[in-house]
Amino acid sequence: MSRTEVVVTGIGATTPLGGDAASTWESMLAGRSGVTTINQEWAERLPVRIAAPMAVDPSTVIDRVKMRRLDRCEAAALIAAQEAWADSGMADAGLDSERLAVVVGSGIGGATTLLNQDDILEAQGARKVSPHTVPMLMPNGPAAWVGLELGAQAGVHAPVSACATGAEAIAWGLDIIRSGRADVVVAGGTEAVIQPLPIAGFASMRAMSTRNDDPQAASRPFDKGRDGFVLGEGAGIVVLERADHAAARGAKVYARLAGAGMTSDGYDIVQPDPAGHGIVRAMRAALRDAGIDPRDVRHVNAHATSTPVGDIAEIHALREVLGPHPVVTATKSMHGHLLGAAGAVEAIATLLAVHHDIVPPTINLDDPDDALELDVAAHKARELEIPAALNDSFGFGGHNAVLVFTKH
Amino acid sequence: MTTRDEITAGLSEILEEVAGVNPGDVAEDKSFTDDLDVDSLSMVEVVVAAEERFGVKIPDDEVQNLKTVGDAVSYIQKASA
Repeated sequence: MSRTEVVVTGIGATTPLGGDAASTWESMLAGRSGVTTINQEWAERLPVRIAAPMAVDPSTVIDRVKMRRLDRCEAAALIAAQEAWADSGMADAGLDSERLAVVVGSGIGGATTLLNQDDILEAQGARKVSPHTVPMLMPNGPAAWVGLELGAQAGVHAPVSACATGAEAIAWGLDIIRSGRADVVVAGGTEAVIQPLPIAGFASMRAMSTRNDDPQAASRPFDKGRDGFVLGEGAGIVVLERADHAAARGAKVYARLAGAGMTSDGYDIVQPDPAGHGIVRAMRAALRDAGIDPRDVRHVNAHATSTPVGDIAEIHALREVLGPHPVVTATKSMHGHLLGAAGAVEAIATLLAVHHDIVPPTINLDDPDDALELDVAAHKARELEIPAALNDSFGFGGHNAVLVFTKH
Repeated sequence: MTTRDEITAGLSEILEEVAGVNPGDVAEDKSFTDDLDVDSLSMVEVVVAAEERFGVKIPDDEVQNLKTVGDAVSYIQKASA
């Protein structure tokens, strides 16, 4: 018996580059940056005063009363999920709710709510703390809201693996369909923590770029001048569907989710293993799972956050597993690092690259690192035939998640 | 002393703010949960906002007796008398 095939039949996103997947993709191909100066007063006392906020504020999309019950990361997830659901045409497909699951994770969860409600507690006392606080800050909140909105009854899950979360959610979705627990899984990641405390914490780790005077040049993966990541926010959601289920209803298919590989470094709580062993194992596991020869991989959407150490570890791993042939890109150069949403937004970029045979550019790659023995689509999008592509995601804690998309 | 109509109008503003209830739907005979679709968490917000607005205390074990807008108006009127 052949294995269950899984395809992507819907996509949705709200990112620093656009309020939906189409505008995000268009901005990516054009090489636009979503990074800007943080204009709030609190930023003045921080070493990092740049970030990549969502291009369309969720409060302009979701009504005021509903927004009172949603953390910003939940609102982003709902917006992206509704777009992906509509895009899949599933609403008219008569899908049994008991065959629909949701896997939506976040790296940090409702930190905005936690901080805001703590301010209220300190200033006005316990009775004034919102009764919506807990469902707004719980890390499974985004998944639960998406599940509630779509009526999913086959299970609602929320992986938490820092910056690998979005990709891990999609990998869980693949497993759920393969194991027969659902026919359709709405999967992805969300994050919205452009707030003083998270920024101060990342900045204290010296993980963030301090190029405050030139925001659009700050996120520069693989470039010699890179000095850390730029915090972004948003959400990315895909609709995964059993291929025969999609075929039976004549659904539009973007690409096949051919396989996934997940490993853990066992090396350090935040430092990537400089040799990239865990990354190599995740890539190989993903290729094995997909049954793909490394030579068929023509494109990689790299994790490449623009930190000095992390980018090098990934370069070594890519060289070791795939050789110098694939055309690599780091879209974080444009939308910054969306943490728990990064893997999902970049998975959408990867599957669209496979679908359209075009690789979005890596901007700001003016002076490539000497170790960069890879073919990177610097500055400009590049057209090429892409039968198969990889999407890398790694997270603090030593999580590695690699997805494989192929042409359907 | 605050009239029943004034209290109803105040509650109506609070209900619109926290739960999106159309002010035109608010009347003394309306049930918070069945007619106005105010769920338990929003009801907590309504109570806290009403306490502040009308300068009264509404203990938690009293809230379950406030089924309708009229129940709340009566309680607030009595408590503020």
